[in-house]
Amino acid sequence: MPDVQALVGDFALKLKRRKVEGSHASARQTAELLRSVVSQQRLPHAGQAAVLIDAVRAVGEQLIAANPVELAVGNIIRRVLHIIREEDLSSTTTAMEGLGLSADSDDDNAGDHEDRPALSAAAVAAAARSALRAPSLHTLLEDIPESAAVPHASSSGGDSEGKSKSADKSLKSRKLKHDVIEAINELIQDIDTCHEQISEQAVEHIHQNEVILTLGRSRTVKEFLCAAKEKKRSFRVFVAEGAPRYQGHVLAKELVTKGLQTTIITDSAVFAMISRVNMVIVGAHAIMANGGVIAPVGLNMVALAARRHAVPFVVVAGSHKLCPLYPHNPEVLLNDLRSPADLLDFDEFSDCMDFASRGGSPLLHVVNPTFDYVPPNLVSLFITDTGGHNPSYMYRLIADYYSADDLVVKRRSTS
Amino acid sequence: MGPKKVARSASSDDPEELARVPLQAVLLADSFATKFRPITLERPKVLLPLVNVPMIEYTLAWLESVGVEEVFVFCCAHSNQVKDYLNKSQWTKPPSSFSFSVSTIESHDAISAGDALRVIYNRSVIRGDFILVSGDTVSNMDLTQALEEHKDRRKKDPLAVMTMVIKHAKPSSTTLQTRLGTDEIIMGIHPETKELLYYEDKADHLQRVILLDKTLLMENPALRLHNDKQDCFIDICSPEVLSLFTDNFDYQHLRRHFVKGLLVDDIMGYKIFTYETHASYAARVENFRSYDTISKDIIQRWTYPFVPDVQYLGIGYQAKLERQGIYRAPDVILSRSAHVGAFSFVGNGTTIGDHSHISTSVIGQRCVIGKNVVIESSYIWDNVTIEDGCKLSHALVCDGVHLRAGVILESGVILSFKVEVGQKLVIPAYSKVSVLPQPCKQDSDEELEYADATSGVIESPSITSVANARNQDLLSDMLDVPGSDANKVGISGVGYIWSVSEAEHDEEWRFSIAPIPKEKLEKFSHSAHDDNDEVNHDESSIPASGELIPDSDGTDFDGGVGEDYRDSADFENEVEATFRRALAGVDVQNVILEISSLRLSYNMSHADCAGALFYAIMKSASDISYSNNTELSANTKMEINKWKNLLKNYIKSQDEEIEVIMKFEEICLETIREFRPLFTDVSMWLAQTSIASG
Repeated sequence: MPDVQALVGDFALKLKRRKVEGSHASARQTAELLRSVVSQQRLPHAGQAAVLIDAVRAVGEQLIAANPVELAVGNIIRRVLHIIREEDLSSTTTAMEGLGLSADSDDDNAGDHEDRPALSAAAVAAAARSALRAPSLHTLLEDIPESAAVPHASSSGGDSEGKSKSADKSLKSRKLKHDVIEAINELIQDIDTCHEQISEQAVEHIHQNEVILTLGRSRTVKEFLCAAKEKKRSFRVFVAEGAPRYQGHVLAKELVTKGLQTTIITDSAVFAMISRVNMVIVGAHAIMANGGVIAPVGLNMVALAARRHAVPFVVVAGSHKLCPLYPHNPEVLLNDLRSPADLLDFDEFSDCMDFASRGGSPLLHVVNPTFDYVPPNLVSLFITDTGGHNPSYMYRLIADYYSADDLVVKRRSTS
Repeated sequence: MGPKKVARSASSDDPEELARVPLQAVLLADSFATKFRPITLERPKVLLPLVNVPMIEYTLAWLESVGVEEVFVFCCAHSNQVKDYLNKSQWTKPPSSFSFSVSTIESHDAISAGDALRVIYNRSVIRGDFILVSGDTVSNMDLTQALEEHKDRRKKDPLAVMTMVIKHAKPSSTTLQTRLGTDEIIMGIHPETKELLYYEDKADHLQRVILLDKTLLMENPALRLHNDKQDCFIDICSPEVLSLFTDNFDYQHLRRHFVKGLLVDDIMGYKIFTYETHASYAARVENFRSYDTISKDIIQRWTYPFVPDVQYLGIGYQAKLERQGIYRAPDVILSRSAHVGAFSFVGNGTTIGDHSHISTSVIGQRCVIGKNVVIESSYIWDNVTIEDGCKLSHALVCDGVHLRAGVILESGVILSFKVEVGQKLVIPAYSKVSVLPQPCKQDSDEELEYADATSGVIESPSITSVANARNQDLLSDMLDVPGSDANKVGISGVGYIWSVSEAEHDEEWRFSIAPIPKEKLEKFSHSAHDDNDEVNHDESSIPASGELIPDSDGTDFDGGVGEDYRDSADFENEVEATFRRALAGVDVQNVILEISSLRLSYNMSHADCAGALFYAIMKSASDISYSNNTELSANTKMEINKWKNLLKNYIKSQDEEIEVIMKFEEICLETIREFRPLFTDVSMWLAQTSIASG
């Protein structure tokens, strides 16, 4: 598929060159790319799902390597993999012929991805055994509370995807590919509408005459606050400016045009102001599986201040920011160190960095990290497009969206 | 729908302006300088690794990021290497929805940037405004605003042909040198229109005096002089620039000839403007000092996103940034007891042995570093073997070098490709070692310096070249001493230590990788201090950046005359020497050409030429032996007759005629008194031969 390869190459290049800004855009574009990958992938009669999964994995590996800092890309890839498994399973269980289809558990064994064996009766049986309900994306989106309410073993191991079908789905005539594309379309739509879905819940959280504090600029936060304003809530917002990029200034401008009472404070004044604040609402870069948050720099300090004064610390984020990885691994907990030019004027300090007359080694170090890690115990509530959740519940939500086999997105080596 | 969307969003990153004329850029993949010798004898400068990535990658990546669609890479020296590299690189791979194409233009006889631009003009590939950079530029600036300003100005004033990007930088007050190791530049800029009115990169630092043309102050109501601006060597040019280079075939250097030429020449009225960039980074690797400085800036991430851990550049592997600015490639074998200090880069496949100590250094791929090695502020390229117990400080070690046990490299040492150094040898500070012997003559295949080229035309070791020696324009290839008597590097070593001339050795520390030694700094601060005591008002003549109002400025006028006088004396000598060659039988046409080039390089008028030439003629006339005045008169008339065609080249109007008469008067009064009685006689003859109309 030279065409798809070119597209993948382009997108990887864009990610490498940091031309795709923000999790939302990255997530959406990744999903669109994967849709075209899936639609152009030729499928053999046997082992359709395995071929698809392999193709997506190959693309995913490339994209994740292109910009490992942008976790949303990996999230979407894992969700698409999950979708394929789900759709495959539901068609398997519907059609029960067994031939030409593969069990997902085979994915665990490295080395047999091309010629996978026909589905064994045992695998079908195993699938049927664990079939309590189908947490396919379709049902997830339609009925969140139910999916949350019904416990299942997905977090525990590789058999999580062994689920039954939903009755209306997967007629024999329907092709796996078609289903997958449908599901990806829903995913894209889901990403598109996440802001609205989140801001619908705004009135439940923001009350009359409250004081809200936020830091930096997040589109989700902005829409959340504006939605509350549109519902005739009157409240005040403190915006910490979010040095060194000062995105808070932009947010303040946007809020004022919407008619919100806004106060700008410096980041360092957060602790002084926090006692007057009723709630802290912030955006996130990614939500990790343990409920920890990777967020714009400065938020850990805000979270600590909020904890000190027992102010609720609320994180709003679309579900594409849910990351199934744990932040214990330094490979995952990446930070993007940007140019020191944000912090100080190179020209003014150029004499401090004159290596020639100062012994050759730099004495001035400037560090400009993009992200902070906020541990889960400092977060009071997550508001995603599926509703509000406790940090300790995040792993369950993640188990619904991702299958445990996909945590490491790597093409299996043929050796 | 999916694929189309992706494709469209790729090109819609920049506003619609790109849709009209594709933005083009000319990248000069040859520096036309010899600062990086001996390394550049074997590999072109643009392919030398800067923090493990060839310099040209930085330039191309930056051009791509500012929305350039077509890049013409001009290669001259080692053009095959540049072409091979580009063909293998990510930039020429066709399947890409990015509208970014790189093509090469090759020429082997270009010896300067001016020649390069003339070749590009002849190819007629440039259709609109273009960006002119050299392949050693590192920048992350956003050019959109500069481009817009340039275009707006062009609409209003078609004579605004060029926009130069400048940047604020503080030169060191003691060494009068920027942190990039270049001399400080004095620029006169109009405070409102940002027009460049004065440019001097070779100001007389020792006297701390600059001379402004009076007309400059008369014509411009306001002028701001800066010595704290850095020229980024990024120019936005209109197509006229190329034709200007073609018209003025003697323009070689972009700044020294072209910019100064345009500023001085007010006949055409072309204007150059400046654009100052603030937050972003822009610099050019001009010498080893800037190589060192820019490497450190990259490691400190000033060039973000062009840093090693972002894969903008075709580095091929993902380097990881660890704490304290340590970059480490994935396959590094680091001994447990080895220590890698802050701001270092260890490349792929490199092994570092026990108890080795590395600080603020860049180490390339597949290097093997033994035990107890100390590497400090050094640059080690690929496939280098360093055996146990070596000590390196502030050194540059190229590909394939082998250092045997116990070698010590003192600061500022450059080891070129595949040099081998024998055991326990100490290489003295600032040495340059290469497997190639030092060339004793200019080699046309190699990069040439302008000074060499022009002095080659004049064929006389002129005063300019002596003056330039201070600035290291003359490199070792001008030396008569060939590398034949070069020392072998140790018993088992391979390589020649290049000899350096005395004058150059004094200046070596200025451009070296090594920091400026303490003694030098102290000496400098002393002399600066003395200067302040002696001539206090001189300091005020170069204000950091103050506004000069014409009528308030009366300083240093005397100095101006002195300088002017010296210049014109030099000029006369040169013209005379040229004329003597004409006497010796050089073709008249060539003489005319040479005098014209002298006129331009000394920035003289036609009248000056006529005067100087006339003086030379008269002198030659007086040199012919004579016994009495009639004979002298006859000789003179003969000489004038003989050379009147040459002289007429420069006599275009009455001004020049008057100048000739005045010159004759001066000759009679001051220099060759023998002519005194002949004044009227010769003047008459001049009128007759219609050199002077009366």
